[in-house]
Amino acid sequence: MSELQREVSELEARSATAARLFDIRRIIGGLFVVYGVIVTIAGITASEADLKKAQDININLWTGLAMLALGLFFLGWVWLRPTQAPTPAEAPQE
Amino acid sequence: MHYLADGLRLPTNGLDYAILAIYFAVVLGIGFAARRSVKTSLDFFLSGRSLPAWVTGLAFVAANLGATEILGMAATGAQYGVAVVHWYWIGAIPAMVFLGLVMMPFYYGSKVRSVPEFLLQRFDKSAHLLSSVLFAFASILIAGVNLYALSIVVEALLGWPQWVSIVVAGLFVLAYITIGGLSSAIYNEVLQFFVILAALIPLTILGLKRVGGWDGLSDSLTRQHGGDFLTAWGGTGIGDPNPLGANWLTIVLGLGFVLSFGYWTTNFAEVQRALSAKNLSAAQRTPLIAAFPKIFIVFIVMIPGLVAAVLVPKIGTAGSDLTYNDAIPLLMQELLPNGVLGIAVTGLLAAFMAGMAANVSSFNTVFTADIWAKYVVKGRPDTYYLKFGRLITAIGVLASIGTAFLAASFSNIMGYLQTLFSFFNVPMFVVFIIGMFWKRASMKSGVWGLLAGTTAAMVNYFVIYKQGVIDIPSDQGANFVSAIVGFVAGALVMVLVTLFTAPKPEAELAGLVYGTKSPGMEEPPQEGDQVWYRRPALLGWGAIVLAAACYVPYSF
Repeated sequence: MSELQREVSELEARSATAARLFDIRRIIGGLFVVYGVIVTIAGITASEADLKKAQDININLWTGLAMLALGLFFLGWVWLRPTQAPTPAEAPQE
Repeated sequence: MHYLADGLRLPTNGLDYAILAIYFAVVLGIGFAARRSVKTSLDFFLSGRSLPAWVTGLAFVAANLGATEILGMAATGAQYGVAVVHWYWIGAIPAMVFLGLVMMPFYYGSKVRSVPEFLLQRFDKSAHLLSSVLFAFASILIAGVNLYALSIVVEALLGWPQWVSIVVAGLFVLAYITIGGLSSAIYNEVLQFFVILAALIPLTILGLKRVGGWDGLSDSLTRQHGGDFLTAWGGTGIGDPNPLGANWLTIVLGLGFVLSFGYWTTNFAEVQRALSAKNLSAAQRTPLIAAFPKIFIVFIVMIPGLVAAVLVPKIGTAGSDLTYNDAIPLLMQELLPNGVLGIAVTGLLAAFMAGMAANVSSFNTVFTADIWAKYVVKGRPDTYYLKFGRLITAIGVLASIGTAFLAASFSNIMGYLQTLFSFFNVPMFVVFIIGMFWKRASMKSGVWGLLAGTTAAMVNYFVIYKQGVIDIPSDQGANFVSAIVGFVAGALVMVLVTLFTAPKPEAELAGLVYGTKSPGMEEPPQEGDQVWYRRPALLGWGAIVLAAACYVPYSF
């Protein structure tokens, strides 16, 4: 085994990312639910001028609902398949 | 470089700014939350090699989806028409698949932490140092150019003075990478990917509606520019004139083979995302997962460009004060109501910051692991290099803020430098491909291949093309030809040097050359990696077939 292989393997063994890094799905889910709600409300309360500008499509409503759906998809994914617990050897020490 | 016309000021209101503010808060939050996962230098530079494939895959595509790319490709669409698809379907997908299926076992299996480190293992210190130093310089330069481009766009769209956006965006990037390391950069890229989609999809739909759907769009463009504008290959016969200034041969070889393979397979800002994956299977799948969104992103970039070409028939010519780069900002202004407008502004700013962050997070790795730890201060404990990595991240960001201000006063020089660095990518690919497949390629052949290929590409571009020795119709076409010349020259010189110099001892080549295996690679496949939809070969060939199929409607 080369020196590089040894060095990186040793660092990998001490690495804390696998055990401690949070799950990005929660953040994507949370942000898109918030954005979805904000933009959907903007769509529900859209003015005539807004609609006219957007070629008579209520783009805020549709985009908002789509973002909301994406956010809920990510939250549902976390809920159904939570982060796999790291193998015992890598379990957090704290 | 982007020069946006005046008069593109967006009608933003408090709602849009609230959406933007939420995004900035989340970006910083990710940085702080990722902090507790950083214990070793490997955590900081490569996320401890432990991320899942879908995260690294989306980061892989997002690292490339910077705002200069989005605005630039929409501009290419407005200028050249449907031919812009070449940059995606032939200029990206084959190279991404090659990286995943063929090269990744050597990259990931050899446990190198960076692209230059592979050169050190395979060739020698001179090739390593040359590529490390050039990469470090180029990253700071490109990060600075990105910041400068951001400041111009923000000034035009929101009316902030340039220095405010340079400093604010620079400091945000500094904060979240210095604190959270690569994990924080990658997580923000994944987030950015979705925000960009949420910005560009509505814009594309409204744009199409505005010009009467795809039929209305193609009718108007055929009337204005002729039928070839809406085909991928129309007018690219050898010797035929076309606006791209390239024929099918230079497109396939220059763009599709040399330039694209050089960028996608040896640019560390991209490869780093794959190296941070949790195992070899995930590393292989990183560019393959990225390939699928990449195939379709072209539509939400090209269509706004085409729509802009219909709405402002004179765009990009002397008769209009709008340049091609204004295509997307123009549609944002014309079509998006407050709310979605805020999402679009956020998406653009996020793309600028992520593009810069990708450069900074690869710069700090190469500078610390390849330059500092190997040639300057060697053999310290890991905590020292972790601390140094944080310090150099801060210095790197401050240097790119400086570069951005320089770019503001000397933008021509910056463009020139970017061209220079782009020529370095080409021979990198030659050296990699020969080094990986030819055991005999000698230690010294690496550095000579790099030098010869770069020189040849530069001579072709700056002397033969710029001085008019050979007539090539456009910069774009000349770029493709220079790439081919650099590739051939680099390969020839490598073979010649190899014939006269010593090979690398066979024992040191384990896991670096085709036909050898890294020690320790026998780890059993992780549970679940065997399911059919995670098989690299299927994903890779699937992407190729899909990209080829996408060409069909635009080829006849």
